[in-house]
Amino acid sequence: MADVIKKATRESYGEALAELGDKYENLYVLDADLAAATKTGIFKKKFPERFFDCGIAEANMMGVAAGMATTGKIPFASTFAMFAAGRAFEIVRNSIGYPHLNVKIGATHAGISVGEDGASHQCNEDIALMRTIPGMTIINPADDVEARAAVEAAILYQGPVYMRFGRLATPIFNDKTTYKFELGKGVRLKEGGDISIIATGLMVAEALSAAQTLAGEGIHASVVNIHTIKPIDREIILEEAKKTGKIVTVEEHSIIGGLGSAVCDVVAEAYPCRVKRIGVNDVFGHSGPAADLLKEFGLSAENIVKTVKDVLGK
Amino acid sequence: MDAEIKKQLEITACKIRMGIIEGVFNAKSGHPGGSLAIADLLTYLYFNKMNVYPENPDYEDRDRLVLSKGHCAPGLYSALAERGFFPKEELKKLRHIGALLQGHPCIHIPGVDMSTGSLGQGISAACGMALSGKISSKPYHVYAILGDGELEEGQVWEASMFAAHNKLDNLTAIIDNNNLQIDGCISDVCSPYPIVDKFAAFGWHVITMDAHDFDSIEKAFHEAEKIAEQPVAIVQKSVKGKGVSYMENKAEWHGSAPNKEQYDIAMAELSAALKSLQD
Repeated sequence: MADVIKKATRESYGEALAELGDKYENLYVLDADLAAATKTGIFKKKFPERFFDCGIAEANMMGVAAGMATTGKIPFASTFAMFAAGRAFEIVRNSIGYPHLNVKIGATHAGISVGEDGASHQCNEDIALMRTIPGMTIINPADDVEARAAVEAAILYQGPVYMRFGRLATPIFNDKTTYKFELGKGVRLKEGGDISIIATGLMVAEALSAAQTLAGEGIHASVVNIHTIKPIDREIILEEAKKTGKIVTVEEHSIIGGLGSAVCDVVAEAYPCRVKRIGVNDVFGHSGPAADLLKEFGLSAENIVKTVKDVLGK
Repeated sequence: MDAEIKKQLEITACKIRMGIIEGVFNAKSGHPGGSLAIADLLTYLYFNKMNVYPENPDYEDRDRLVLSKGHCAPGLYSALAERGFFPKEELKKLRHIGALLQGHPCIHIPGVDMSTGSLGQGISAACGMALSGKISSKPYHVYAILGDGELEEGQVWEASMFAAHNKLDNLTAIIDNNNLQIDGCISDVCSPYPIVDKFAAFGWHVITMDAHDFDSIEKAFHEAEKIAEQPVAIVQKSVKGKGVSYMENKAEWHGSAPNKEQYDIAMAELSAALKSLQD
């Protein structure tokens, strides 16, 4: 796949903000001394008067965003996922979630693909944390096209939204000329009757690649992209459960509390079936090149293929 | 301050104190001590200072008040009820199931500008409101009331840096320095002193006032009005439990409700004070 174009969704985030800044004059961007890394610097360059650096003070940044939202502005509060969901959790919960304010959180550098910075910065817990906040919408886009569309969908939605973006450049597989983002709707990218692979974020491209390999071996897997983790698309999950009865979930996040857990929540109550979760297995990461880490932690097409075969007993 | 205006404010403050006792007694829980300490401040702000519109509480150019020390909700609610944002009857249902008035301020209550209760957070939201006002050249002013114990929260100082850096002169923070927190004297627990020097060092203009003297309060706010390019911190020296003899300067009245006998004593004291003001 040498001809595949790759881009990190954090770049899509920064570029989308700068693009949408013209259309939405109420859009403001806050950052916590990471504008170069979160790519909100792109917005800052174009709209310096609508960008505020809060310094290395994420708790205050979330509160400032909340206060701005009470006055009708749409603030995007940006930092790494570790600090947005982790350090500032209780401020997001009490100052944004509880009053249900129209704050958008742009969390970049999510997951183990942060790479060399190591475990202190590899946030594999953010989806789990954000899922517990009532009324919080969580979007984990799979590629550049989806990430850009998600940013605009977040602007058009009234209420708090947590958006998760990656540092690593990953394949662009959606066609921007035809792509439509529907908040809360899963996307069936490939139809198959043998097993269902439900993936999110960076793992969607890996799931598609795995499905291609499996098809070559006569195994026909459905591939569903869940870009909105909350509220989750129960309908598409239950359709898959009823059709194949076997689900493999794939996420660049802890297997505790993320997509896998959300899928289990749905099927356990409505249509119990076999679910195998691929994700970070309740361990901390470590330093290394992102691509190598993803392989090491089983977040690869190869491991999806192997896991699918295990579940099918092949 | 004009003597008649001062007397009217003192009468209102007394009624607000009665509302606090009414609310906390009926709730059988809550925070009377700190609420009583800020009763005069709330009276001055809601009845003399702030542009607020009970008939249109969300009016976009209104002045805003964030009760960062959210546990003093009984004080805020009593002031809002007195000002006509909702019926005083609601105070008797404070903290009850299905009640409008939650244990800590909730933005969905008419007149409440921000949900607070987890200390240290309200001041950040107040900064966001003030920043918005600056960006859009809005005429409104933002007031934030913080506890002295609350200053132990690190987020307060993140917000203080932010406010000074952004020259939020449309923000006034009032620090209720009653010297007591749940575990005892603030100087014994984990001292935030010297409070005045700390805010000054963070780039704020700092004023001190007597929390229970409307002349002192007015003088402080008149000085605050004149400050440009800087946020203002007013450190008010207050008496926790002010107005109810047995609650004054007692840490144990931080977060407990009076029983019937204590309620009767408190109401008798406040009624007598009210009567003497009205005579």
